[in-house]
Amino acid sequence: MILQIRDVTKFFDGFCALNGVGIEVEKGRIHAVIGPNGAGKTTLFNLINGMYEVTRGEILFKGHSITDMKPHVRAKHGIGRTFQIVHLFDVMTVLENVMLGRHCKTKTGLLKTFFRFSTRELPEEKQTREIAMHWLEFVGLADKAAQVASSLPIGEQRCVEIARALALEPELLLLDEPAAGMNPKETMDLTSLISKVNEMGITVLLIEHNMELAMGISHVISVLNFGEKIAEGVPPEVQVNPDVIEAYLGRKK
Amino acid sequence: MLGATYSLVAIGYTLIFGVLGLLHFAHGEVLMAGAFMGLYIIVWSGLPLYITLPLAMVATGLLGIIIDFLAIKPLRKDFHLAPLLSTIGVTIILHNLAIKLFGGYGTRFPDAIQDIHFKVGSVFFTSINILILGVALLLMVVLYFIIKKTKIGKATRAVAESHLVAGLLGVNVDWIVLITFGIASALAGAAGVMIGITFHAISPYIGLTFALKGLVVMLLGGLGNVVGAMIGGVILGLAEVMSIALLPTEINLQDFFSFGIMILILIFKPTGLFGSRTAQK
Amino acid sequence: MDYLIAVLTIAGISIIMALSFYLPFITGQISLAQAGFMAIGAYGSAICTVKFGIPYVPALVIGGIFAGIVGFILGIPALRIKGIYLLLLTLGFGEIVRVAGINIAYVGAAAGFPGIPYQKYSIVYAYAMVVILVIFFHRLRRSRVGRAFQAIGSDETAAEILGVNIVSAKLLAFSVGAVIAGIGGGIFAHYAEYIEPLMFDVMHGVEFIVFAIFGGIQIFWGPIFGALFLTLLPEFLRVIEHWRFELYGALLILMMIIRPQGVIGLDTVHALRKLFGKAVGRKGT
Repeated sequence: MILQIRDVTKFFDGFCALNGVGIEVEKGRIHAVIGPNGAGKTTLFNLINGMYEVTRGEILFKGHSITDMKPHVRAKHGIGRTFQIVHLFDVMTVLENVMLGRHCKTKTGLLKTFFRFSTRELPEEKQTREIAMHWLEFVGLADKAAQVASSLPIGEQRCVEIARALALEPELLLLDEPAAGMNPKETMDLTSLISKVNEMGITVLLIEHNMELAMGISHVISVLNFGEKIAEGVPPEVQVNPDVIEAYLGRKK
Repeated sequence: MLGATYSLVAIGYTLIFGVLGLLHFAHGEVLMAGAFMGLYIIVWSGLPLYITLPLAMVATGLLGIIIDFLAIKPLRKDFHLAPLLSTIGVTIILHNLAIKLFGGYGTRFPDAIQDIHFKVGSVFFTSINILILGVALLLMVVLYFIIKKTKIGKATRAVAESHLVAGLLGVNVDWIVLITFGIASALAGAAGVMIGITFHAISPYIGLTFALKGLVVMLLGGLGNVVGAMIGGVILGLAEVMSIALLPTEINLQDFFSFGIMILILIFKPTGLFGSRTAQK
Repeated sequence: MDYLIAVLTIAGISIIMALSFYLPFITGQISLAQAGFMAIGAYGSAICTVKFGIPYVPALVIGGIFAGIVGFILGIPALRIKGIYLLLLTLGFGEIVRVAGINIAYVGAAAGFPGIPYQKYSIVYAYAMVVILVIFFHRLRRSRVGRAFQAIGSDETAAEILGVNIVSAKLLAFSVGAVIAGIGGGIFAHYAEYIEPLMFDVMHGVEFIVFAIFGGIQIFWGPIFGALFLTLLPEFLRVIEHWRFELYGALLILMMIIRPQGVIGLDTVHALRKLFGKAVGRKGT
């Protein structure tokens, strides 16, 4: 198990967002988390990431507890993430955005940046650029490298965000509603992208409202509702699970 | 008693912050302008305080509205630092204009009321203190009433929650902002005049001093929380009085004290004693 | 001629101060404390040369380091708070420095610190520092650390989940900014021969902010331009000198309305590059 969420509970002041949730994610799988709005899916991601702290419970990554680790340390350990609303660095170029993904894999500090005689580029900098370009090619946006990030259409911005997360060399990639707002063609491209990523051995944890995408690509699906896990299993099982249907459609009269 | 003045200033900040999400850096300068306007009204007209104070408040309120109109409204919405920086610009202008007009040193503030001292038990009161407390309380009560009970008050609270939604519900957001600026500035004007009465002198530098104190109070009371601001002002006032009594030194530690409090609040409880809004904007 | 040197020296020091504000600004930290750090550097280096007979350059460095240490200490609480509150905190700090200066007899209290050895070549040192800073910022822009700074200023959350240690990066920017301000202060002290607390008050701190914001915040040439332009302008338009601060205020407001990114922006740089590229006959980058 690459990621173990054990009995995790999260309170915001008086409000309980997640209650005793337990999920085990197997290495190398595509694992989807679905559920109606407000079920707590993004909160879960934020907890895995380290952006929120758990009120109770534990999170283990690759067997070690990361419950008390800060977000940037978790990134170093190999957890990458994209957001529901794209969080690109607006004023920077596409390439610079992806290059930032390499931050935790590189170590040139301020001293080395400034105190040197040669005016040539540092080898690490060159390498960072090349690796970043590689990931941009991977998502098919190499030609937009020099453009300012905010000038791209939303669908492409999402892909840049994915490339940026990939540059981190994650073992676990958290994708929060990557298909939101995409048209069918873009969704198809995204689907094949996610498959390619998974084929490289990266475990993918996916929040999606697009059922076709979620059911079609995932190996396992966990279903949340009102902060609790109500079902889990392979897509065909989950699809016919009465609790799941009720959660989305309400009780049949 | 000074605490009440702080409250008035803080309420102004809070109102503007609530409605615009903006920390009105120039609010202190508005206070200072109000004080001077009050001074000149009294000097030129010789009218009694209960007329000049409202006049000064109106004048200051107008100043606030002008500021909003010229420096806040036309701003682009996409640069989130723009309003703050713009108010810094306003501060610079007002501060330096004042120094040019009134000199960098203190100006005597005319005695607008009789200064009677009397003793209750072992505590000294002066008529000035009573007046200030009375006026401040009156204004705060009126304001509280307006906010909680009237239509405009409701509209203001709606705008404070969300410009977008309030606009969709038919509220003229720009108008409300203007009015808020006006009221907040008028309150600052009142505070300014009362400061003049208390200290018998004012200078262009009071803007900065009270700006800071007002901000400390706002932080104490919690951002966007008007009642908190009211209470916070009193607390700070009391604390300062106590600090003077407890720390007998020649160095003017009073200012240090408020800065110290501010730093402590910012470090330990950025949401203030009563606030629940995030302090993260 | 002497007059020109005098003006240019002040301009040079202003550039240093504007850049000292700019560095923490990249990471999203708006600091009104630079004047305070300048004071620390000024007094620090003056104490070195006057009371301990330490030579000029080492004194500058010591003043700078001292300012940097104080900057580091101030930077720690500063981490927890953003934008406006940081402004307050740094404002409070600036005032504390000023009040402290007024009260500490060792450095002359309110009467000031006289008798600082005059450095004839202050202008040389000032612009040498400017050149150093230009190289510094240029290298910073295309570096891992520089990108991290920009990222933090743009979107802290995203930066953090990419592995950027926000705490150490912001502290670093803030402290180095303080060092730069301290060195600027040292150069100023040995040019003015006399310093007093009022020279480093809040209004001066605000001046540096205006230079940087007016000049342009997207790239380091902005603050340099802003400082040069706004320092030299009053010299050429005498009538403005009296209204200098009002002009600054008005410019700030105007800039926010018309062009928030400042005069020099990325677009300006690109346009200039293209222009030069054509002139040299090469393809622009």
